Amino acid sequence: MSVSISFKINGEQKVSEIRENTLLVDFIRDSLKLTGTHIGCDTAQCGACTVHMNGKAVKSCNVLAAQVDDADIVTIEGIASTDGEMHPMQEAFRSHHGLQCGFCTPGMIMSALDLAGRNSSLDEATIREGLEGNLCRCTGYHNIVAAVKSGALNMSKNTK
Amino acid sequence: MYNFSYHKPSRLEEAVEILSSTEDAKILAGGQTLIATMKLRLAGPSDLVDLGEIAELKAILKKENNIVIGSMTTHADVAGSEIIKKQIPSLAHLASEIGDQMVRNVGTIGGSVANNDPAADYPAAVLGLGAKVITNTREISGDDFFTGMYETCLLPDEIITSIVFPIPTRSSYIKFKNPASRYAIVGVMVAETHNSVRVAVTGAGSSVFRVKAFEDALGTNFSSNSIANLKVPHDDLTEDMHASSFYRAHLVNIMAQKAVATAK
Repeated sequence: MSVSISFKINGEQKVSEIRENTLLVDFIRDSLKLTGTHIGCDTAQCGACTVHMNGKAVKSCNVLAAQVDDADIVTIEGIASTDGEMHPMQEAFRSHHGLQCGFCTPGMIMSALDLAGRNSSLDEATIREGLEGNLCRCTGYHNIVAAVKSGALNMSKNTK
Repeated sequence: MYNFSYHKPSRLEEAVEILSSTEDAKILAGGQTLIATMKLRLAGPSDLVDLGEIAELKAILKKENNIVIGSMTTHADVAGSEIIKKQIPSLAHLASEIGDQMVRNVGTIGGSVANNDPAADYPAAVLGLGAKVITNTREISGDDFFTGMYETCLLPDEIITSIVFPIPTRSSYIKFKNPASRYAIVGVMVAETHNSVRVAVTGAGSSVFRVKAFEDALGTNFSSNSIANLKVPHDDLTEDMHASSFYRAHLVNIMAQKAVATAK
């Protein structure tokens, strides 16, 4: 048994045949070969699998691939500019040392982009609250919070 | 996860038709509980009926003195709705504290209410605000809807289409949450209408319940002091690794007092 889905992935329109019980994260990693989206806990807690679905952050280990028919999906691979220049949020994580092992980073960045998109100004409390669904076991979060604050600020400067 | 047949009807009638003609079908709303449950093979439905394409189930509107919320409205949309923030701020606040942003972007009010998790937030809103649950066949009073742990009076082929919340004069929802899961260890909704006060508690027992003693006291005098010395019996309350039943009984009183003090 299978279902056909038509979707946009990082700007590119595609059609795929999938088994009904395929999770979005497995589809992204195994079929689309976009392995920047990680599987951490596989129970919708750690947020390492976070991608954007129609502009909103979702945990792709807790969404069926069948649910993204007609949807617009963006993964960590889709946010840098085409000439390879990093997205301001990626650059902020680099310059603020907002990662150590890097496993949680793609999910952190995709969540941070959702957060920055919804808030014009981000204070520390809002950032910590907004990253509630992303776990990091290395950094102690301090530099992640600094990175998100700076990344969001640079994003708003770029759009002005 | 076991495999299943997947359906994505675009009309409500189609969804009802599939549910009533299939032995072991389940409704997929946001799936934030169901998919996790299926991954653990604690559920293995033969068919999933995804309501995501049915446009009429996603709307928030003010109708007379009520706020009507379509069952497929996400927690994030309730939390961010200007009309809900203005008319029933406690409800927008409640939605903003469910899980995390990614869960709120997908999880739905209809799914949460139908699942009736004993520690979920929305059941306290439905019962505390005196809401009505509207299905494809009938209207159900919030007082009759929740029947036990993970149980409601919904029939297998019945679909929640919307929930109608009467606009209270003031209300507040305060929860003492598990810091990891953000489920309510105890959550209390207090709402005052023109002629009554309702107090609904989630997280403390096997299903959401009202506290009549608090309601009577607050009906006479809507102040934290009027319930400060009223004890809630702990006998039937939940006892687990997070909190004893004694502690939960204590929290019900404290959260209720805080809700009264912050009601607006």
